[in-house]
Amino acid sequence: MYRYDEFDETMVRERARQFRGQVQRRLAGELKEENFKPLRLQNGVYLQLHAYMLRIAIPYGQLSAKQLRQLAMIADKFDKGYGHFTTRQNIQYNWIKLADMPDVLDALADVEMHGIQTSGNCIRNVTSDHLAGACADELEDPRPWCEIIRQWSTFHPEFTSLPRKFKIAVTAAAPDRAAIRVHDIGLHLKRNAAGEAGFEVIVGGGLGRTPYVGVTVRDWVSKQDLLSYLEANMRVYNRHGRRDNKNKARIKILVNELGEAEYRRQVDEEFANQLAWEKVVLPQEEVDRISAYFAPPKFEKLPVKSDKLDKAIAADRAFARWAKNNLRAHKIPGYISVHIALKAQGVAPGDCTGDQMRAAADIAEKYGLDDIRVAHEQDLALPHVKLDDVPAVYAALKAAGLASSNAGLGSDIIACPGLDYCNLANARSISVSNEIQALFADPDFEDEVGTLHINVSGCINACGHHHVGHIGILGVDKKGEEYYQILFGGRADEKAAIGEIQGPGLKHEEVAPAIRRVIVKYLELRSSKSEKLVDTITRLGQAPFKEALYASA
Amino acid sequence: MPLLRHGKVVDDCWVFVEDEHELSPGGCLTVSLGRFLSEHDQLLARNEAIGVRLAASDDPALLAPHLDRLRLIELNFPKYTDGRALSQSQLLRRRYGYKGEIRAVGQVLRDQLRLMIRAGFDAMVIEETDAEDVYDFSAHEFSEFYQAASDTSETIFMKRHRKKQEKAAE
Repeated sequence: MYRYDEFDETMVRERARQFRGQVQRRLAGELKEENFKPLRLQNGVYLQLHAYMLRIAIPYGQLSAKQLRQLAMIADKFDKGYGHFTTRQNIQYNWIKLADMPDVLDALADVEMHGIQTSGNCIRNVTSDHLAGACADELEDPRPWCEIIRQWSTFHPEFTSLPRKFKIAVTAAAPDRAAIRVHDIGLHLKRNAAGEAGFEVIVGGGLGRTPYVGVTVRDWVSKQDLLSYLEANMRVYNRHGRRDNKNKARIKILVNELGEAEYRRQVDEEFANQLAWEKVVLPQEEVDRISAYFAPPKFEKLPVKSDKLDKAIAADRAFARWAKNNLRAHKIPGYISVHIALKAQGVAPGDCTGDQMRAAADIAEKYGLDDIRVAHEQDLALPHVKLDDVPAVYAALKAAGLASSNAGLGSDIIACPGLDYCNLANARSISVSNEIQALFADPDFEDEVGTLHINVSGCINACGHHHVGHIGILGVDKKGEEYYQILFGGRADEKAAIGEIQGPGLKHEEVAPAIRRVIVKYLELRSSKSEKLVDTITRLGQAPFKEALYASA
Repeated sequence: MPLLRHGKVVDDCWVFVEDEHELSPGGCLTVSLGRFLSEHDQLLARNEAIGVRLAASDDPALLAPHLDRLRLIELNFPKYTDGRALSQSQLLRRRYGYKGEIRAVGQVLRDQLRLMIRAGFDAMVIEETDAEDVYDFSAHEFSEFYQAASDTSETIFMKRHRKKQEKAAE
């Protein structure tokens, strides 16, 4: 993985020192909250319902064991013993005191981490495929370009007071595990007709109160032109994005109001007008230097099959189920990627205790080439594990309470913190998620249902990505009571689609039984076991499922 | 409010004339872009220093043909969170080659100064009693940058390899 050099290190240290000064001015009353707000936000510090919240960047979701242990230390020393992994591959802490924030930033800088640009109207932490560099289906490792974008966007002098936040995601695989089509800019590393690797540039996707799937503004841009082309997009947005209404300020609104063709024309014109010295072209030796950090680790030559793993699967039904659901194909024979679902029954989706973080760090160090990833589903992954070691990894995960065998299934729910933490929320997300998870308490039933993405948001800001769940759930407030609207047919992958609201909201206690009726209807109507719920809805339309949703119990 | 130019508090001779007001015969005046474009023959014929104040929504390209005659361009921050003037300044400096003064007016707070300097501002009207100290601190709070910008700092990307080349040459 990337390691800081003296320049990166200096920048993060200077930032920590700067924020210490700002916090001191705030605590001394020299800085009003109103003027402190944009400063703390640029360091990931929010003011929530009960306390300040700190969001820490995990660039493209990659952590070393040392970094994860430091996150565990922060959870234990400065928070209440846990952290919360987010849909943008970051981690949030909900109970850190403002006066402690500078010490936390110093502790992060000690392990090459920070909270820079994890909030505020700037270019946010760049995200990627959590299996980058490991999966069998990618063209090449996208992480060098994620790191280049991270550095280019850090403290950009022109793009830190944008109309609104700006999120970039990158993938190099056709199956999209990074939800690039619902980002402000999504980059898909692919070949052009001549066989050269470059980027498809997708702009204007996003969720929130006005969801859109992004449009391809340019089918292919070369690696050398990537940053210049991004600058052209950013400048058009910075100058012309709406600033009169916070709810219409994202780039998706600009693209939609201008129309795809006119937006593309403006970006192309700006790109064409860039003078030689305005181009952002890294020296090739710098691209090579950064790429070298992502060179494949020394994989061993191993057989394609592991007797040890096969025997363990045959011997233990619970292990067999976990192995069936939580392992992902690796590009190197004899290796596999392990998905660690942070979705135990009754736990807030994405929550992880300090002890669990330490356990995952130990496992990664012992069996996983010191590499841990955060997935946008609010889960963790070990990208590089030998097949022979999988039973030992499972045993260690199980001992730490990290062996939920539900990856990609009904109880692997994405959910925002909701009304339990968030000052924007209208309704609780965690409790309704837990009740839905309980529908899948029987593993045989959950396996029978198969791949199913259920996403829960506690308000229209859609942090729980309800628009792109196969089943989406949106909490709303009706005269002081929590209600939940249900959406069908959304997806965040390469066939990205926005789900449709079915009708009137349901009461909290009505949600789980209604979802159960929909699932039973799906089991009855699907053409085969391999047809996912979202595909059955596409094939048959939403009507039968809507009927099941509202059928009185 | 004090005017900082290159980090020093200086006297300000410039006056912005609202569109509906007559121009006084002498002195350094700034006018709106609309007035400048419609009256620029008369304005330039005055043989006095002239400047333009752009609104955040104005297109600086419209000034490109006249830049060598302008001594001052004021860029407005209607709110300190409104970063449009940063793009305007970058365009004026880097694309259109404007060499005169670019001054930040409007809501200018100390924590934006570093970005403004990088984006090409050399002057700002700022509401701080210790303006020079604030500027000095903000300008030097960070020592390295990843991006080339109007202040022509060598980027980290380049420095990394210059250092290596120098080492190799030794």
